Amino acid sequence: MSRAHDHLIERLERILGPGGVFHRPADLLVYEYDGSVEGAVDTAAPVAVALPTTTEQVAAIVRLANEFDLPVTPRGAGTGLSGGAVAQRGGIVVALTRMDRILEIDPEDRTALVEPGVINLELSEATIPGGHFFAPDPSSQKACTVGGNVAENSGGPHCLKYGVTTNHVLGLEVVLPDGRVVWTGGRAGHAPGYDLTGALVGSEGMLGIVTKALVRLTPNPEATLVELAAFPDVESASLAVSRIIAAGIVPAALELMDNLTIQAVEPAYHAGYPMDAGAVLLAELDGIAEDVRAEGEDVAVLCRETGATSVRVASEKPERDLLWKGRKMALAAMGRLTPNYYLHDTVVPRTKLPAALRRVAEVATEYDLPIANVLHAGDGNLHPLILFDRRQPGAVERVLHASHELLHSCVELGGALSGEHGIGTEKRAALTLVFSADDLAAMAGIKNSFDPKSCFNPEKLFPAGYRCGEVRALRAQALAQKLGIYAM
Amino acid sequence: MAVAYETDLAKLGTLTGYSGPDQPDDDLLRACVHCGMCLPSCPTYRLTGQEMSSPRGRLWLMRGVADGRLDLLDPIFDEQMYQCLNCRACEAVCPSGVHYGPLVEAARSQLERHRPRPVWQRVLRRVALGGVFGDQRVFRAVVGGLRLYQRSGLAALVRRTGVLKPLKLAETERMMPPVAARFLRPGAERWTPSSPARAVRLFNGCVMGTVFADTNRAAGRVLAHNGAAVDVPVGQQCCGALHVHAGMMDEARALAKTNIAAFEAAPDGEIAVTAAGCGAALKEYGFLLKDDPAWAERARAFADRVRDVTELLADRPLAVPTQAVDRIVTYQEPCHLAHAQRITAQPRAILDAIPGLTLVEMRESSLCCGSAGIYNLIRREMAEELGDRKARHVLETPATAVVTANPGCAMQLRASLARNGSAASVVHVVEVLDEAYGGSAAWPPEGGREPGGSRPQRP
Repeated sequence: MSRAHDHLIERLERILGPGGVFHRPADLLVYEYDGSVEGAVDTAAPVAVALPTTTEQVAAIVRLANEFDLPVTPRGAGTGLSGGAVAQRGGIVVALTRMDRILEIDPEDRTALVEPGVINLELSEATIPGGHFFAPDPSSQKACTVGGNVAENSGGPHCLKYGVTTNHVLGLEVVLPDGRVVWTGGRAGHAPGYDLTGALVGSEGMLGIVTKALVRLTPNPEATLVELAAFPDVESASLAVSRIIAAGIVPAALELMDNLTIQAVEPAYHAGYPMDAGAVLLAELDGIAEDVRAEGEDVAVLCRETGATSVRVASEKPERDLLWKGRKMALAAMGRLTPNYYLHDTVVPRTKLPAALRRVAEVATEYDLPIANVLHAGDGNLHPLILFDRRQPGAVERVLHASHELLHSCVELGGALSGEHGIGTEKRAALTLVFSADDLAAMAGIKNSFDPKSCFNPEKLFPAGYRCGEVRALRAQALAQKLGIYAM
Repeated sequence: MAVAYETDLAKLGTLTGYSGPDQPDDDLLRACVHCGMCLPSCPTYRLTGQEMSSPRGRLWLMRGVADGRLDLLDPIFDEQMYQCLNCRACEAVCPSGVHYGPLVEAARSQLERHRPRPVWQRVLRRVALGGVFGDQRVFRAVVGGLRLYQRSGLAALVRRTGVLKPLKLAETERMMPPVAARFLRPGAERWTPSSPARAVRLFNGCVMGTVFADTNRAAGRVLAHNGAAVDVPVGQQCCGALHVHAGMMDEARALAKTNIAAFEAAPDGEIAVTAAGCGAALKEYGFLLKDDPAWAERARAFADRVRDVTELLADRPLAVPTQAVDRIVTYQEPCHLAHAQRITAQPRAILDAIPGLTLVEMRESSLCCGSAGIYNLIRREMAEELGDRKARHVLETPATAVVTANPGCAMQLRASLARNGSAASVVHVVEVLDEAYGGSAAWPPEGGREPGGSRPQRP
């Protein structure tokens, strides 16, 4: 190891104490991945991992990184699926798992002040007895951190009604890329000036490190109802989705699972999904008891009108949980069908769901890969699960091709690249599918003003080879496009 | 100033990898997709917040060795394989169904095979695990000595001198419950209802058959109350769980074969186990002996007969308990019951069936208490931190007793509760049920017979 390296570690240890810094190769090995699929996201080890416990320590680490000209990659629990927490250009990983205190719960203002390492579900567990919960509920909510949710603007089944993370963040304490500590937003809700909180949520760790988050709490609903409707095929189920939304009903969650998923889930968990159904729709309604009952009846009627062969209604918690179990354990059940799966994440306008699902089926045939569908159908968010066996030669490549194909098709249908997993390195190359060079340049302007040295979480979001210094080049490209000159 | 981590190219290719028997199975290893769902369930990750102390991190390290990217003899690898409590909470929550337990056990076995240990450690392992746990007679003699120490007044004397503190034995001593007045010897006692519907063979275990012999007797009585003729087949030995956890696979296999043969001599009926740790190990004999053609099938057949005592009781409608047990209790899930054997509902169902008893759940009831076999003896600091956390959760409840189903947990809980100022007692599920059936005073039941019966209680 070089002297500069030793010096860096020594300085880090001065900030964090010896227990807060990791730098031996074996230690760094386990920080080279996150939850992303191997093959879709490259692994990369940092030079050092810092585990701070205070905002001051985070700021000191960032200043040190500046001094040493090292990239900084913030990391929560490392459950992300787009490579956001992988230190693609080495440098220092700042893991916030030891900043895991809930600092304050204010039931009257319905807010909670938390450190970034607090686990999503544990925040809700702490606030539910007082009558509130933290609404964003990504499937990884048992493990993922609030800081990670902020960075990725995470969603989940219930974001159909309650919105994604950005709708639940009121303010942030942030260490900026130059080491200054600032507060954005606040309890008052609407602060004048630029909405920096909005800019930071979903910035994938590229604009700063969140050290405290003031989040909104949502009152526990008075009543909850879950309905399971079985359909002969995915088309009729997705038609029901459109009808339900068009009728002005906003379910808390509206999830669709296809037959392949049912085949995997039902034998394993006995959730009561009809094995012969082409698709099932899981609708959760919550709110005031009378509304829930009335809407529940409406949903059942709409489902039957669109071809549902059966509708099961569960109002008691154990039965609701059982119906949900099939959905929540869908990924686990896939593990029983196949050694590996690639969980995809795209969005299309709700009305385009049938077309998108048809395309998924075509891709499955074209690439000879079974694809199961689990959808946050209510907001058009597809999660095709491509099943494969890594040990078969060429399987990974085929999966990557197929997933690229899916991405293209969804964009063609007017969709987006990601519903809730972020772009990271996984989809950075596809960004130009939906954004023009001007669009990208506008985004880069934000990045540039926060992080002019481009040290924070490099190699993410923007297409490869793209640096902030190249904004001008991009503008030129945009101009060329506009003028019809394709010289690039 | 640029800083880069350069791979030491000269070292590549000279790394020690896995070799010989008991290597971590490559397919099992690669089933992990590092999604991270295991993190919050892992006690060492909860305490440290660091990735290498997580199941995912440890699996990645194991893979690193398999792929030639990490030296088997790297001290960090050693540290992490043994920092793990092998509580297997990660296994129970893994969406991909990764069998973590067998992997970490194989990694430890590789370490034991390839990494020289200091002589004193080798001697200690050989004497403690090989000599004492390896032979029931020796084990009974040692525990007999302990009983003498507890009862002769020597214990009180030693405690007064304060000599245990500098020797760091105070905590170990505090853990020890009073040793049962009479050990349970295989073949010596049996419990038979008036019209037995089936046979059940009790697995005695080392600690359960000695220190907690009365718990095993309670198990015999409650099973008999539920229609089973219960005996303790002769020839059985330690289950070998501690050996497997310590990477001593050959010793574990030898014990397994002895036990399989002993229970083959009593071929009918299920094998009841009162220690969750033993039960998990016994159920995995099939895996342990899978590569031994002479034993693989026999091991599988044996494993199929093994049931935790709570599982066995909850399988059939429970004989209705008649005596009220007016007590508030909380339940601590033994890791090797909840995670390794996935038994969580049955003990609670039994407690629910007891009149007068109120079960109040504590927070994190399925998080390891820090016992983990002999972990609390060799890694005191982390074990105590977990024990304190557990005691705090108990103290948050109004419970006056903690119910569990494993001797290691029972001892660790005792010490942790005492250290944290709790007066709560620690009991096994079957002891509470036995009390609700009237206890030893109500045995043998009227009209019941005791062929070859219990020896009369010594005063």
